Amino acid sequence: MFGLNGKDTLLLVAVALLVAFAPILMNPFPQGSALEIFNGGYPALMQRFVIFGIFAVGFNILFGLTGYLSFGHAAFLGAGSYAAMWMMKLLTINVIPALIFSVIIAGIISLAIGYVSLRRSGIYFSILTLAFAQMAFQLAQSVLQPITGGETGLQTNLNDPRILPQFLGGGSNVDGNIPKPSLFGLEMSSTYDLVMGPWTFVFNWGYYISGLMLLIALYISIRIFRSPFGMMLRSIKSNQQRLNYTGLNSRPYMLTAFVISGMYAGLAGGLLVAMDPQVGTERMQWTASGEVVLMTILGGVGTLIGPILGASVIKYIEDIFSKFNDTVLNIWFDFLPDGIVQDGFVWAISLFTGKQWHLASGVIFMLVIIFLPGGLVSLTKSIGDRVRRKPARDANDASTTPAE
Amino acid sequence: MDSSKNSLMNAGLAIGGVLLFFVAMSSLFGMQTTVAQIVNGLDKGAAYALIALGLTLIFGTLGVVNFAHGALFMLGAFVTVMLNDMMTWGFVPEGAETQSVGGFSFGGPKETPYIEHWFGETTGQLIAGWSVPLSLIIAVPIMILIGVAMERGLIKYFYKRPHADQILVTFGLAIILQEIVKYNFGAMSIQAPEPDSLRGAMDLGVLLGFDEGAIRYPYWRLIYFGFAALVVTAVFAFLQFTTFGMVIRAGMADRETVGLLGINVDRRFTLMFGLAAAIAGVAGVMYNPIVPPNYHMGMDFLVISFVVVVVGGMGSLPGAVLAGLLLGVLESFASMQVVLETLPGTNQIVIYLAAIIILLTRPRGLMGRKGVMED
Repeated sequence: MFGLNGKDTLLLVAVALLVAFAPILMNPFPQGSALEIFNGGYPALMQRFVIFGIFAVGFNILFGLTGYLSFGHAAFLGAGSYAAMWMMKLLTINVIPALIFSVIIAGIISLAIGYVSLRRSGIYFSILTLAFAQMAFQLAQSVLQPITGGETGLQTNLNDPRILPQFLGGGSNVDGNIPKPSLFGLEMSSTYDLVMGPWTFVFNWGYYISGLMLLIALYISIRIFRSPFGMMLRSIKSNQQRLNYTGLNSRPYMLTAFVISGMYAGLAGGLLVAMDPQVGTERMQWTASGEVVLMTILGGVGTLIGPILGASVIKYIEDIFSKFNDTVLNIWFDFLPDGIVQDGFVWAISLFTGKQWHLASGVIFMLVIIFLPGGLVSLTKSIGDRVRRKPARDANDASTTPAE
Repeated sequence: MDSSKNSLMNAGLAIGGVLLFFVAMSSLFGMQTTVAQIVNGLDKGAAYALIALGLTLIFGTLGVVNFAHGALFMLGAFVTVMLNDMMTWGFVPEGAETQSVGGFSFGGPKETPYIEHWFGETTGQLIAGWSVPLSLIIAVPIMILIGVAMERGLIKYFYKRPHADQILVTFGLAIILQEIVKYNFGAMSIQAPEPDSLRGAMDLGVLLGFDEGAIRYPYWRLIYFGFAALVVTAVFAFLQFTTFGMVIRAGMADRETVGLLGINVDRRFTLMFGLAAAIAGVAGVMYNPIVPPNYHMGMDFLVISFVVVVVGGMGSLPGAVLAGLLLGVLESFASMQVVLETLPGTNQIVIYLAAIIILLTRPRGLMGRKGVMED
């Protein structure tokens, strides 16, 4: 189907089904139950699953295939966000021009940064991209304030021009309210609540639009992985020197991969704005670049599904863990003997939750790097192998070590 | 022979560049302003240099890219915060009266800090006032211990893994360390002040023959620069003139051969990791009165320190020190009012800009060796 082989079609269909039914799957616990807090099926979180999934899928095309570790992808995410924001302010509240423009702008910026950074490899490349991203972040905070709004950021306003005609989403306000991002009148924030007994499933338009984008992004990524172009990128990872000796110039290939991953980041940034029309400079900070590296590694570098998995896990931890507080924990551990045992448990867990959720993500991240270098995907693989009574494959099998 | 000639040439080039820079700046802004800005940038540059020195030591010996090094700098700063806090721990003496101002009582009876109780009021207050220099004494063993524990407990298992994995695991460790500090000390910046007698500023301009009041320079920043110079000299002397240092240098050049000679390189390299951690720690301790530390200061310094290391040349100790000072001075020039009016925002990006230009024109950095990190 669509030029994919059977296995890849299966993967794409599985992801499509997961995306489609996520509002139900992510809400397994009935309302009012003690475990309700673990429900992740609300639009704001699910949107971030798929949007950061797109971001990580794009990052994986660069890092997973060529092995070039960029520490500057937040700049493209931010650029995409600002571009989409300005489209929504100037042209129309319709998300389509915003998304197209964000991809284009991120592509142009990544072309410029990639052209310079790719002259070096290894850690020098990482530092160069980091330096460019930090420059972009600092400029956004100071000199580019008229464009980026500085530290306060940008949001849609009542007096924005939005010059396109009303039926295309133009017009500065609707009945005196700030118009919400929409697709030909279909608002991104509009939801349909399905109530089934104690369960409430929320279906959100914005989520499904983002989900569709994720499927398209994944499809393109699969095609790249399976194409001769993808093979070329892999050969860069395994032995760039030998590639150069055969007379091939590898730089155009890497630059293309860099720009593609930058455009993915721009699309993700544009979608973030389309879902929630506001943007601040923190989106461009280098910690955001670190986060996408984390997601890709956590899921599994160089795999198709890994980055999406990693993005979902990190966003889930970020949202759910930060919701816990001492009151909730005390209710949970009520069954323990009162006094020091219960207090001790609550204290130990509160170290990792609430405002401290970063600690949890740091610990999980380190454990994954140490014990699961192939990411979560390799975990499922090794379990699968064990079930089928095959000897577990080493995570670092021949495909990652360069041929001598 | 060839390599020593090469490094001599590099050093010559670097010194020539610095002189050229000085002359250009003097003709642009005038001698007095130039000297003032250079002096201004030296203390921050010294902090960059110290962190970059530690990073390079670790990289040169163990071949590990340590993203947790900024966190070690931050931990050092918080050792001081902790000690400063402990100085105020006290007890309520028997028979103490509730404090009152104009008939309003508040806060219960006045506490007497233990330190004043033990050493008498004057000595106790003196000790409490000197908490920053004093914490150097406890920071060094603590940081060496942390460094050794880090190397033995974690980094050791990552020698054979790719550089990306090393970067990522130390990045995770940095997150954990800074979250622990945030949990214990909160998210706000906490200052530990310098000793009273070292407060105030010195009129450096008069000493150098300029107008009075032209270059006013706080004592503590002068001390910081002197301290950094002392640490750097000590490290270089240690590596150059002791047998231990000789083995380390030999190990940096060819680890395998040194190992084959029957010398336990690993144990010495572990100690070097501890030493690098201690350098970052004391840099943090002494930086405390200049900028109050908060839990994410390590990350802020780390990004710049990496830029410094790369600009100086991966694996080159003199390069790291030189690049640190240079970038600090460059930043100070870019923060000048005149520069900001003509090119707004320069102060924010000049370091990164310099790094990009240097990496593109001199791929190995200012004083980098051939064959380091070029795979």
